[in-house]
Amino acid sequence: MSDVQNYLSPHRLDDAVKAMAGGDTTVLCGGTDLSPQTDSGLREYAGTLMNIRRIEGLSGIDLIDGQIRIGALVTVTGIGNSQLLDELAPVLVEAADQFASDQIRNAASLGGNICNASPAGDMIIPLLVLDAVVELSSWRQGTVHTRQVSLDEFFTAPGKTVRQENELLTAVIFDQPAESFVAHFRKSGPRPALEIATVSVGIGGRLENGSLSGVRVAMGAVAPTPLRARSVEATLEGKTLDAETIRAAAVDAGEQATPIDDVRASAWYRRHLVCVFTEEVLNDVLEN
Amino acid sequence: MKQLISIEINGEVHELAVAPQDSLLHVLREELGLIGTKKGCDTGGCGCCTVQIDGRAVYSCMTYAMSVQGKPVVTIEGITENGQLDPLQQAFIDAGAVQCGYCTCGTIMAARELLATVPDPDESQIRHAIAGNLCRCTGYQKIVDAIKLAAANSA
Repeated sequence: MSDVQNYLSPHRLDDAVKAMAGGDTTVLCGGTDLSPQTDSGLREYAGTLMNIRRIEGLSGIDLIDGQIRIGALVTVTGIGNSQLLDELAPVLVEAADQFASDQIRNAASLGGNICNASPAGDMIIPLLVLDAVVELSSWRQGTVHTRQVSLDEFFTAPGKTVRQENELLTAVIFDQPAESFVAHFRKSGPRPALEIATVSVGIGGRLENGSLSGVRVAMGAVAPTPLRARSVEATLEGKTLDAETIRAAAVDAGEQATPIDDVRASAWYRRHLVCVFTEEVLNDVLEN
Repeated sequence: MKQLISIEINGEVHELAVAPQDSLLHVLREELGLIGTKKGCDTGGCGCCTVQIDGRAVYSCMTYAMSVQGKPVVTIEGITENGQLDPLQQAFIDAGAVQCGYCTCGTIMAARELLATVPDPDESQIRHAIAGNLCRCTGYQKIVDAIKLAAANSA
């Protein structure tokens, strides 16, 4: 294991992104991914370990001008306990409740779950359904520069994202869903707690007169990155959610999935689960 | 490269030198001799190492010791007051919820957060709260009974 030379725990965002400007920084927040990954040799520490937990201003969940903004440091427990999210985006609360264990939910941050870029990331699937963007901050020309990237375009491979080494994920932002918006999430695993999803499915849209519009379908652990299944969305868009449409969407979801065989499940089983979950989540959406 | 830090554990402030990547579990057991907190899987999967930080249950094996500066840590050794067992400790004895005992301390620390927020939990709330704690003897029923008993005795 490489030896960390320096430990930082900045309280201000500008200090944090300044420290990241030169690269060679490992970002620490909850540590629930970083710790096992470095212990097992999957990842090496850079020269500087920077704890971002104490940066001020990145721990809020706010509704601002029709947009919901969740600071990167908000824990999964914080998402699960948020009254604002329970009212306006309950699919996030639903997913938070199925996330690992209390101990991990208490430590793990939203930003960390996204930057870890697991194809199975439990917070990523509902955020894709909410069409979220991530805010990336960096130090440029003497000031904090921010850019936004659609979450849909953020992931490039398992564990890889478009985030540059000098950029810190500072917030997740999405439009306040319409009143008729309904979304649900489901994941599977043999042990409910602490399970890395074998497969997860999230579906949302505006439910009016038994049909969905503005449909978004996201699937986890069935491709190298969390997946927006646009062809399934097209299958559902504007159609009455009857048994035939639901069946067609389920079949299509199975075809869009490109899962792998690994210790958790075979590709065949994952594909089967995606079909079953698509059907079940659509029924949940219909029942609201 | 070690740095000198000051951390508060069970109300006592300790000054010690730790490496930035050292886990809180390592510091508790190897530096401070607080071996009530157990090392099980050391990868956040078994719950034996559960402690409370700012009142919240976390796995000390994946908590960086440096990161708890200024945040009070409570371990199993810190919940006994003036020689009087915590209601959860007494209930685990009374309900016979201890078999090999390896998971007991971590499970009590997880249950402690539950009882602080939900004084009268139902069975599903109890099972949800200790879902991150594995009992290798599979003695869950008596653990659940003990937590119910502790809640009743504290009411």
